[in-house]
Amino acid sequence: VPLWGITLQLQRCARDITNMSQQAVNGVSHRGRVLTLDSMNPNVKRVEYAVRGPIVQRAVQIEKELKEGAKKPFTEVIKANIGDAHAMGQKPITFFRQVLALCSYPALLEDSKFPEDAKQRARRILEACGGHSIGAYSASQGIECIRQDVARYIEKRDGGIPSNPDNIYLSTGASDAIVTILKLLVCGEGRDRTGVMISIPQYPLYSAALADLGAVQINYYLDEDNCWSLNITELRRALSAAREHCNPRVLCIINPGNPTGQVQSRQCIEDVIRFAKEEHLFLMADEVYQDNVYAEGCQFHSFKKVLFEMGPEYSNTVEMASFHSTSKCYMGECGFRGGYMEVINLDPEVKAQLIKLVSVRLCPPVPGQALLDLVVNPPQPDEPSYATFMKERTAVLSALAEKARLTEQIFNTVPGITCNPVQGAMYTFPRITLPQKAIDKAKELGLVPDMFYCMRLLDEEGICLVPGSGFGQREGTYHFRMTILPPTEKLKVVLQKIREFQLRFTQEFS
Amino acid sequence: MAARGLDLILHRAQVKLCDKLQAKTQSDGVRRPYKEVIDVFQGDLHRAGMKPLTFVRQVLAACVYPPLINSSNLPLDVRQRAQEELGRCVGGSVGSYSAAPGIPEIIHSISEFIKRRDGGIPSHPENIYISPGSQWSISNILNVLVNREASPRTGVLIPVPCHNKTVLSITQLGAVAVPYYLSEEQGWALQVEELQRAHESAKGVCNPVALYVINPGNPAGYVQSQKSVLEVIRFAWEKRLFLLVDELYQDCVYGENCEFVSYKRALSEMGPPFSGTVELASFHSVSKGFSGECGLRAGYVELVNLDPAVMKHIHTLFSKDACSPVLGQIALNLMTDPPKPGDPSYLLYKQEIEQIRTVLVHSVKKVHEVVNSLPGFSCPPIEGGLFAFPRLHLTPKAIQKAKELGLQPDTFYCTRLLEEGGVFTGPGWEYGQKEGTYHIRFCIAVPQDVMEELLRRLSSFHMTFMKDFS
Repeated sequence: VPLWGITLQLQRCARDITNMSQQAVNGVSHRGRVLTLDSMNPNVKRVEYAVRGPIVQRAVQIEKELKEGAKKPFTEVIKANIGDAHAMGQKPITFFRQVLALCSYPALLEDSKFPEDAKQRARRILEACGGHSIGAYSASQGIECIRQDVARYIEKRDGGIPSNPDNIYLSTGASDAIVTILKLLVCGEGRDRTGVMISIPQYPLYSAALADLGAVQINYYLDEDNCWSLNITELRRALSAAREHCNPRVLCIINPGNPTGQVQSRQCIEDVIRFAKEEHLFLMADEVYQDNVYAEGCQFHSFKKVLFEMGPEYSNTVEMASFHSTSKCYMGECGFRGGYMEVINLDPEVKAQLIKLVSVRLCPPVPGQALLDLVVNPPQPDEPSYATFMKERTAVLSALAEKARLTEQIFNTVPGITCNPVQGAMYTFPRITLPQKAIDKAKELGLVPDMFYCMRLLDEEGICLVPGSGFGQREGTYHFRMTILPPTEKLKVVLQKIREFQLRFTQEFS
Repeated sequence: MAARGLDLILHRAQVKLCDKLQAKTQSDGVRRPYKEVIDVFQGDLHRAGMKPLTFVRQVLAACVYPPLINSSNLPLDVRQRAQEELGRCVGGSVGSYSAAPGIPEIIHSISEFIKRRDGGIPSHPENIYISPGSQWSISNILNVLVNREASPRTGVLIPVPCHNKTVLSITQLGAVAVPYYLSEEQGWALQVEELQRAHESAKGVCNPVALYVINPGNPAGYVQSQKSVLEVIRFAWEKRLFLLVDELYQDCVYGENCEFVSYKRALSEMGPPFSGTVELASFHSVSKGFSGECGLRAGYVELVNLDPAVMKHIHTLFSKDACSPVLGQIALNLMTDPPKPGDPSYLLYKQEIEQIRTVLVHSVKKVHEVVNSLPGFSCPPIEGGLFAFPRLHLTPKAIQKAKELGLQPDTFYCTRLLEEGGVFTGPGWEYGQKEGTYHIRFCIAVPQDVMEELLRRLSSFHMTFMKDFS
């Protein structure tokens, strides 16, 4: 039985159906369209997302040209723009993929090639799925036993501080949960419109979401001269300035930072929490890089843990959401879109609205939920897969640490590039000094100076970075964000090429 | 329009009750007239007991765990297919991000699928976006359409009854849902006069910019005739409405003289001025049909006749969401490009599809028969889709009791049906219905033996209920 082969009987004369092809792309109309730049949601027009923005589109174009045989000074485009570990050759964790394969095709549970601990986890996950299939919808909040596992993981991570599974919401990557919370928080009109504090530089999902929601973005500058640290005085400055024109309600912090990689000290986190309480702000703690900590003397402190260690005066009152994901850390499973948020001290009526919000998209992808379950419930020392798991995990994290160190070291030898230590996360955000002539040339071309720089680097060396302007930076400063994800040998080549480019570029515009 | 919509508190309570009953029946040894709750609340094939397609799951497993590509336990075409799919993933892993609109080769495959389906009418890859489920792209497109700053507010015409998620999206975006009533007496037909009335009713209330159509229907099981589709397109053209067409159930057509007519094809074959001007977004997904892979979250939207400048912004909007789950994208690819005659997996694949089709055809017949044989219960023939949406003719006594409990009458019925009958269904109130009418919705994609049990329990419960409230 053909699935789509249906013949229609038309009672009209034949049309020139090939016209449809042109019209479908550039609909020639005799009258105005319903959906135009003028009629569309004006907020959507303000949305930008540099990580996948114009420079990436150019990179894709160049890749196409290379494929078609064009001759260039390079044979491949190195996409160091996006925090995608597998794209750069990082291998998945074997155990995770084994369990997920068993969940996808349960007949494999009979296959002796899969270890028993993997099978056990798969059976448990399948048991919790409708019809024992990862193809069934789950509850909108996420599969209950997985939320319980996440809560247990958080408790263990935070030295026993209780975590309630009802406060855990699984999501389609952390981005989904971040946007959901913002949707709940953004309201009001005019001077009363919600203001959301976000670091500069920031991960542009935040600026995109704020533009989309029509919220007011309140920038607080991280201190580049002090390893991108966060100063409370700067928070205060930003807040009081913002109070003139909006209603600040939210404070977002990314720790470890993106793009800057800084790992906040415990003291800093306490100060932020205190500030949030004093100023009555909802805290959003983006902690997706919590396992990516490399620098000596740096440690990840979860906001939840610090909050509770500050005592009931804080832990009973400060409203907070913290976010985690399966896309980063040592797993790098971006394509699974797994994540969660934990909400603290949310008004019960608001929680009811939150359920409503998340129900609109039915549920998060079940394979992502299953993967998250494994991340929070990895092989234990007494299990068969433990040794391999630990080996793989350690290898990934130590490679990243080495690459973080290497990147900082090499960039700091390049005149015109200064680089703060990459304390954590997956990126470096070095500052570049651009000659005035280059800045002028960029203006001529209608480009922001660091975009001009990055476009030239892409065209000449086939390296795709994201200009600092996409993340935000102090006026008159220029940066780029590069991931530290390429394999070490390739990374060395990339660093070398950037150094060469920087020297050439400076020379050209001197 | 009277306020209605998904009463989530109640729904959650019901879900919890369902789980509790499920657990209780297995553990507390209390005698109940049923051993397990039959959960037909959602259009979820697997939850209802249908099996996933073997080929799909084998390919996904091999993509997730590539050593399986060398396993002789898997058919050759499965292994080759997995290799192909992985070759299209960046870094050869399903764990990497894809391009924001979706993996390019899969988008191309979808455009070929649409072209074949529509008798050769071209479909352009740059007009296609994959998203985590169709509701995701429906809300993205609505987001572009709804101008919150506009006065009067943006309106979207929606059918009654309607899939409640879309209505939620509309209201959450600050737009107004303008109902047009499908005609239950005419097998839930969509009548242009009613569209006209609805459009008129919006005057002074909101500015209707879009018309949302579900074909085949959800929850009502109609399949629009070609004539009806053409009428709707003409209406959208006349009134300058953006057409949002939900075609998730295009593979679920059972009615004798019914055929799925894609809006894209009908629009194209109408020729100018319609074909080049009516703006259309059609949605499909891997959640329904024969795949039933709701949990993988993969759907797509095809956009036709949109302003190129607007398309640029749509592209950015989809970009900030990163990308759709890669496994879902692969499942979508397998749906639009399944095994062909001669492939080692073809026979089994065909057999499984046939089995599902047989179950569905049998279900719709049985449901129609049984429901219409019961007093106070009626149901038009289910021509398509995955649900039955029979009408309850409740007695004043039952309605009164419901009022006393602070419940909508059909919610009351469904709650009782869950507790006493062990069948989890949805009350018509959640989907919208003409004032004073009551319905229930349940999924009909259920294995034969389960359907027999479902109908047995439903009949028994219904007779008791009608007697209790006579």
